[in-house]
Amino acid sequence: MRLPRQLEFLSLPDRFMAVSAWLAPTIGALAVLLLEFGLWFGFKVPPDYQQGATVLIMFIHVPAAWLSMFGYVCLAVSSFLSLVFRHALADAAAKACAPLGAGFTALALATGSLWGRPMWGAWWVWDARLTSVLVLLLFYLGYIALRASIEDENRAGRAAAILALVGAVNLPVVHWSVNWWNTLHQGSSVFRVGGPTLAAVYLIPLLLMALGYTAAFGALWLVRIRAELWRRKARTLSLQAANR
Amino acid sequence: MKGLNALIRRELSLAYGGGGGPLLALAFYASLVALLPLAAGRNPQMLGAVGPGVAWLGLALASLLSLERLFERDYEDGALDLLAMGPVPLEAVALAKAGAQFLAVNAPLAVAAPVASIALAAPASLIPMTILTGLLGGLAFAFVGGLGAALALGAKRGGLLVAVVVLPLFAPPVIFGAAALDAARNGSSPVTGLLLLAAYAAAAVGLTPIAMAAACRNALD
Amino acid sequence: MSVKRGERRLFEGLDLLVQAGEAVALTGANGSGKTSLLRAIAGLLRPESGAVAFHGPDGAPLDPDEARAAATHLVGHQDGLKSSRTAGEELQFQAAWTGAGPDGVAAAIAALALKPLLELEVRRLSSGQRRRLAFGRLIASPRPLWLLDEPMAPLDAQRRTQMSELMQAHLKGGGLIVAAVHDPLPFKARSLEIGA
Repeated sequence: MRLPRQLEFLSLPDRFMAVSAWLAPTIGALAVLLLEFGLWFGFKVPPDYQQGATVLIMFIHVPAAWLSMFGYVCLAVSSFLSLVFRHALADAAAKACAPLGAGFTALALATGSLWGRPMWGAWWVWDARLTSVLVLLLFYLGYIALRASIEDENRAGRAAAILALVGAVNLPVVHWSVNWWNTLHQGSSVFRVGGPTLAAVYLIPLLLMALGYTAAFGALWLVRIRAELWRRKARTLSLQAANR
Repeated sequence: MKGLNALIRRELSLAYGGGGGPLLALAFYASLVALLPLAAGRNPQMLGAVGPGVAWLGLALASLLSLERLFERDYEDGALDLLAMGPVPLEAVALAKAGAQFLAVNAPLAVAAPVASIALAAPASLIPMTILTGLLGGLAFAFVGGLGAALALGAKRGGLLVAVVVLPLFAPPVIFGAAALDAARNGSSPVTGLLLLAAYAAAAVGLTPIAMAAACRNALD
Repeated sequence: MSVKRGERRLFEGLDLLVQAGEAVALTGANGSGKTSLLRAIAGLLRPESGAVAFHGPDGAPLDPDEARAAATHLVGHQDGLKSSRTAGEELQFQAAWTGAGPDGVAAAIAALALKPLLELEVRRLSSGQRRRLAFGRLIASPRPLWLLDEPMAPLDAQRRTQMSELMQAHLKGGGLIVAAVHDPLPFKARSLEIGA
């Protein structure tokens, strides 16, 4: 199947290289600015009456949790494009996306655990959110493992793309089932981030941090796609040189 | 349809023979169950608390054992070419293969599950529910697992890879089945858990063959 | 048609027309793309560009998927025979899978002298015997297009003559053969060098 004309510009790697050459550093600089402001505002907020200074972890944790999901959406969309349109750039994008998404997911889990220690008195509690984020991390790891285990790169890319789409179909089911499971085994009441109790003073730094994380993700993603395209080009050239 | 019949007979004979089959899975399952009291202690109360859950989870783990060979054996020796060019779509071939896997591995495991469950201090009244969840869950494990096996075609260390790819996908059926068992043990209604498990199994049977066929075509291309 | 494997383009601009009663012998070095061309004709491999078209005896175009499922045999290097099953079981399955009846199976057993093999497990057969068994489906379910990968390689001289007679009979009946070969076929066949 051919790509619709509106998206055709994406299929030109040269065009992508030209645009991303300035886009990646621009977004990267934006990310640094946003994160600096976000942290600065974040350290100025008064301690929460329940959580004390621990509330600061939220500014690191919540955007990471958001990106863990956003990253999977990016992975699934890239995989869909690469599978349906057999599109090399989309495949490179999917490949570049997975470790980033896994990284942010791991960060979300680690910060969630750090936050849990003072809040719940344990490093790990089988709370619905943490559990579904953990399963999400396992999805990323399965994707990376599958991709790394098949030697033929085209074949590996397409098998991994199928898995990413299967995962995208399954994630809502996993999320829902874990929530349901949580209601069955209701233990102590769990503090929820982003609930209606969140005071406005926390919103501004949280928003800045979320935007900063997203920009950082975008910049890193572009850089990784560029690196992947370069790697492929180098491989093609060395193969040509060997066959000459 | 003659072709499909022949295929189903062949798949069953392959699934039961050749070192895979029910014996391997049952032996693994029995060993797993036997090790639990050695690790968790033989106190019936403690065992009763985790036993049924472990017996249920063991079904998921044991169903992984012979999955690796499900598509790989036909891929290695060229039979997958013949199957891909056959009179029925590759989706139907995938359905037949995963169905045979269910009959050869998951169904015997489901029948063995009550024995394990009782050995792990579950009450005898749980037997019908254990078999039922074992059968429904077995369908889900066989088909989702078959998808993992098809995706891992041509990979190094296929067996381990199938487990890594497939186990996270097992989360919903494991939750649903455990909920049904738990409800049955506490005397409340297991219907919700059973219905959810049945719905998941039905979706797996209906949808995964499409993805399995796509994965096989990709491996042949 | 052009075919690419990984980064390597095996051949490009290939144009081949095979007509009823005609045999084409694909030659070329190892890795030149003979097997890939056979797999592309069989629809297992997606060419980089180009396509395969099938036409009926009246010249009318056929649906490629149907033509492949109903009118094409591919016998490759890997014969798809299960080593744990008996030759008889495998012949029965392959014949039934390709739509043959009991008469077809009997004809294949007679034409390829398979009778003494039927009770044996496939793993106990020699490579020549396995190849003969794999050819069984060619006879059991008559189909016009045969795609053969190194059909003669593992056979001894006597079996080669026998196989060559079967192939010639197939051509005489209006069949088509595309075969990847190392040594030329022992009868009149068009030769096409791949990757030259």
